[in-house]
Amino acid sequence: MADFFNVKIVTPDRVLYEGQANMIEMNTADGEIGVYAKHIPLTTTLEPGIVTIHEEEGARFAVVHSGFVVIMPDEVTLMAEIAEWPDEIDVERARAAEDRARKRLTESSGDIDTVRAELALRRALARIEATERL
Amino acid sequence: MASMRDIKRRKSSIQSTGQITKAMKLVSTVKLQKAKSRAEQARPYSSYMYEAMVDMLSRTKNINHPYLIDSDNPKKAVIMITSNRGLAGGYNNNVVKLLLGGELAASKEDVLVYAIGRKGKDAVARRGYEIKADYSDVINEPEYADARAIGEAVLKEYIDGNIGEIYLAYTSFKNTVSHEPKLIKLLPINVEDNGEEVNTKEALMTFEPDEEEILDAIIPKYINSLIYGALVEAVASENGARMQAMDSATSNAEEMIADLSLKYNRARQGAITQELTEIIAGADAIS
Repeated sequence: MADFFNVKIVTPDRVLYEGQANMIEMNTADGEIGVYAKHIPLTTTLEPGIVTIHEEEGARFAVVHSGFVVIMPDEVTLMAEIAEWPDEIDVERARAAEDRARKRLTESSGDIDTVRAELALRRALARIEATERL
Repeated sequence: MASMRDIKRRKSSIQSTGQITKAMKLVSTVKLQKAKSRAEQARPYSSYMYEAMVDMLSRTKNINHPYLIDSDNPKKAVIMITSNRGLAGGYNNNVVKLLLGGELAASKEDVLVYAIGRKGKDAVARRGYEIKADYSDVINEPEYADARAIGEAVLKEYIDGNIGEIYLAYTSFKNTVSHEPKLIKLLPINVEDNGEEVNTKEALMTFEPDEEEILDAIIPKYINSLIYGALVEAVASENGARMQAMDSATSNAEEMIADLSLKYNRARQGAITQELTEIIAGADAIS
């Protein structure tokens, strides 16, 4: 059995999660990674996606949009600008956002708009996926 | 001695003022509780952010990032957080004083004010400061998204080279009775100031994709978190200051009412005595 380590998910308006896990999966700038205890110290940025916390009694999912993570051998701290549990997500709104983003991408003009729409789309998709896993 | 009618009028006017201040005190007490818990909830994020920043900067000393080097542009942006409403004692004035006195006072024309809160905005605009932007509506119900919008606007100016330094003036909330106006420098970040003891045991930190990109991503978030923290603390301080001001106003009103009641009773007794004397004198004259 793998060792346990501390996991914290902190957002500007609350501490979303604080507890012990033996593995955590997240979506970083370089792709999805899974972290066990005694990981080398690493700081990296987070992309919109699902964070899976493997606790002793099972896995928990959270949705994290943009932020960064500081990984230490005995502790992982996620600092996210927005993070939420799947049951807090408004699926209707996420689907509407997805449609809006897709529409904007097909008829896109400026570069900034494209980047924004892509980000919005990824956020929406992460939200929808998380609610489906619930 | 003032007439009975005058005293009575004065007393009832103070009484109604006292009622208003008492109600305002109750309202700000409730608001303070709410704002206080928000400020406390915002604290972990800010402090983790600060730790992460200090940690990173201590490891990346030789990096030449625009966020870290002093620029020779004399323009300074000041994000000033005050309130939209008065009657909060010295709350707004103390923040304005940070701007008028201190290091920023010397070069008024180099200061660009990003105002949050009408009271402060009006006060510095009257003194000839340039108001670059006004976000006064934000202070009513500050959200992280608001802080991010302000942060992004200021950072853009900084990156474009229009401003050389960014300051944040707000009232930090220590506890219900103690609030301290503060002026802090957001950018450029002085590495020496933050370069505390480097923890050599964990000094081997990997950065992905690389240090510079991480700094690029983290510093704006750090700034935003500071702005958000300042906003929620300012709201808590504002309500705390108003509560105190209204509390002392209420007790002043009570004191004045007691004083006026005494005067009123004396005047009434005086009038009765005078009337009696007149009647007795009249009766004496007839008999």
